[in-house]
Amino acid sequence: MADQAEFADLAMPYMSALYSAALRMTRNPADAEDLVQETYLRAYRGFGGFKEGTNLKAWLYKILTNTFINTYRSKKRRPEQVDLDDMEDFYLFRRLGGLEAAEAARSPEAEVLENMPDEVVKQALEDLPEQFRMAVLLADVEGFSYKEIAEIMDVPIGTVMSRLHRGRKQLQKRLWDLAEERGLVPRAAAAGG
Amino acid sequence: MTGDMDCEGAIRRIYEYLDGELNTWKRAAIARHLDECPPCAQGFDFEIELRQVIAFKCRDDVPPQLRRRIAIAIGVELPPEDPPVV
Repeated sequence: MADQAEFADLAMPYMSALYSAALRMTRNPADAEDLVQETYLRAYRGFGGFKEGTNLKAWLYKILTNTFINTYRSKKRRPEQVDLDDMEDFYLFRRLGGLEAAEAARSPEAEVLENMPDEVVKQALEDLPEQFRMAVLLADVEGFSYKEIAEIMDVPIGTVMSRLHRGRKQLQKRLWDLAEERGLVPRAAAAGG
Repeated sequence: MTGDMDCEGAIRRIYEYLDGELNTWKRAAIARHLDECPPCAQGFDFEIELRQVIAFKCRDDVPPQLRRRIAIAIGVELPPEDPPVV
């Protein structure tokens, strides 16, 4: 049984990560702020039920995810599903291949990635369908394990794996499309794919 | 015992490998394949790089008013802000 007085010390350091995740989920700063505030309130009230020694970060993300699903999901749904089962492996890497590096020491592919503006990467993630977006966010941005993601999203591990697989492939395609739209890669490079 | 993992097998398990979700044996089999197969190794390296870029670029600063709202809601005292410039 955890002590409510400890809550602030333990939970406040996660605010930046939770706010970033909330922005990706809601895609809207005002909703993200409300979502994070509501998450902290619910966590504060329920902190007595948090088992000390277990994973506080995962516990907070479960509250964030549940609150998002219950409050915001029905409000703004953007159903857009692309069937990517036959999408090639290393999609983005293969498209970026053939570009020339400005600095000899680095691979041109890595250079394009690092030069992508934050906004483009955020948008690519936010453009994913919700289920894929949540899985990729929890794994790639927050570094949760499959088991933790399964508990946070309340789905079986196999579902986590398939959402991650498809979400990551779709993210690569979206990143490439946005990079082309913004002129971050020469259009001619698309000829390789 | 080598050569038991081909490109297709390695790529099929790429995410489990990069996510640290494979057992020791499967992990070692893929690592051996990557040692012997530069094209796969480059592709895997790119996926690692991509993940780091995504994690690094998807961070946002908490608006100060949100920090205040939450502190008030859960009864925490924040250090005083700088006085407004008149």
